[in-house]
Amino acid sequence: MKASYYPGCALHGTALEYDESTRAITKLLDLELVELPDWNCCGASSAHVTDDTLALNLAKRNLKIAAAQGMDLIVPCAACYSRLKAAERTMAENGGRDGTSARVISPLEFFFLSGLTERLQGLVKHPLTGLRVVCYYGCLLVRPPDVTGARHHEHPDEMDRLMAIIGAEPVPWSYKTDCCGGSLVLTRTDIVTRLTTKLFEKAIEAGAEAMVVACPLCHSNLDSRQEKIFRQTGNHHPLPIFYFTELIGLAVGHNNVNTWFRRHFVDPRKLLAAKGLVSGS
Amino acid sequence: MSRIGGDQPSGTTPDFSAWAEQNKVQDCFQCQKCSAGCPVVFAMDYKPNQVMQMVSLGMKERLLACKTIWVCASCYTCSTRCPNQINIAGVMDWLRQTALREGVVPAEKEVPFFHAAFLESIRSHGRVHELSMLARYKMKTHRYFQDMKLGWKMFARGKLRILPSNIKGRKEVAGLFTRPGP
Repeated sequence: MKASYYPGCALHGTALEYDESTRAITKLLDLELVELPDWNCCGASSAHVTDDTLALNLAKRNLKIAAAQGMDLIVPCAACYSRLKAAERTMAENGGRDGTSARVISPLEFFFLSGLTERLQGLVKHPLTGLRVVCYYGCLLVRPPDVTGARHHEHPDEMDRLMAIIGAEPVPWSYKTDCCGGSLVLTRTDIVTRLTTKLFEKAIEAGAEAMVVACPLCHSNLDSRQEKIFRQTGNHHPLPIFYFTELIGLAVGHNNVNTWFRRHFVDPRKLLAAKGLVSGS
Repeated sequence: MSRIGGDQPSGTTPDFSAWAEQNKVQDCFQCQKCSAGCPVVFAMDYKPNQVMQMVSLGMKERLLACKTIWVCASCYTCSTRCPNQINIAGVMDWLRQTALREGVVPAEKEVPFFHAAFLESIRSHGRVHELSMLARYKMKTHRYFQDMKLGWKMFARGKLRILPSNIKGRKEVAGLFTRPGP
């Protein structure tokens, strides 16, 4: 199986481990990812705020390249996914005047649409038994549902189902799609702190030991500022934040997990060692 | 009008009210579902349902100068839950775009500076280069030392690239920008 791959700027930088783990597990699952040639930034949260036409055209350039490649376009970053999906929809509404588009799809969707989940089941070597996680989907993977096509935009369950397949224990909670404030991270850090603090509290209250995400902005927001938040609140209860692809990599016994985990701010290896899921480091 | 302060709808311009009508803003019956679900409503000066009312009333000057439009995190909870299918987050986008186009001094200065720095990076390289984007943002806002430690830790983890990755089609990408740079 082959598909086009749009990493986006974050996966080439702040979310390197999401890129590395996505490429690693898809390879094991016999899915060949072909990086979209000469892709450009999707415009993220800045273009649509300032100029609709620019937002559409930045996304459209990528979709045209993808159409020429003739394969589904896998987009792991939730913000890129949202912008490319929105452009895909506008292009369809314009009835082909803008040219055709490739199907834009998130890795989570791809798992369920292409039968990769069955293949994954057969590859699990070290089930993550006893690891209690909350799955956090954030905003842009699911909203607005007329753009994303999310089946359950208030209660998505794809990551929960994947976590169950690899033997972890997805814990129910009510904050799966509450916003973490990602787009305000540099400008109104005070707002972001308030939103993420609530997510940590609710995750811990639900009995989770870690959070699982599918968005580089959520990840860096939740992972990199915990220490500061705990200094302010005095309530030190570190909560490792995983990309779902990293935990899949761990369960299938990928060799590079420690490289990915070393890139985290909240080092997850202590928790994983206590669970017997990695050897102590 | 008393609930939102009672100024005159003198700011109504034809494009403003035409746009409001086209986007069904008048369908709002003030159920306040948008404001109940908004994660950042605590930091806003006008709640999303008030913004809908103000748009209907054509209170343009107040809207373009308010905090709400810049504090909105574009999470789409409001648009998703609106029983009248008003794209409330889209209305926020449009208000921000109008404010920038008309040169209104923003109530939250940092936010448009951030967007400008971000877009400038795309215009120069075709992709975002965090380091130069952050430098540009800090020069504009004079927040030189905010998050310095965090930046260093990112760098140590291989998450900040020293050099930008310039794409081949960056001229083509720069050509997509119709508005002049900041």
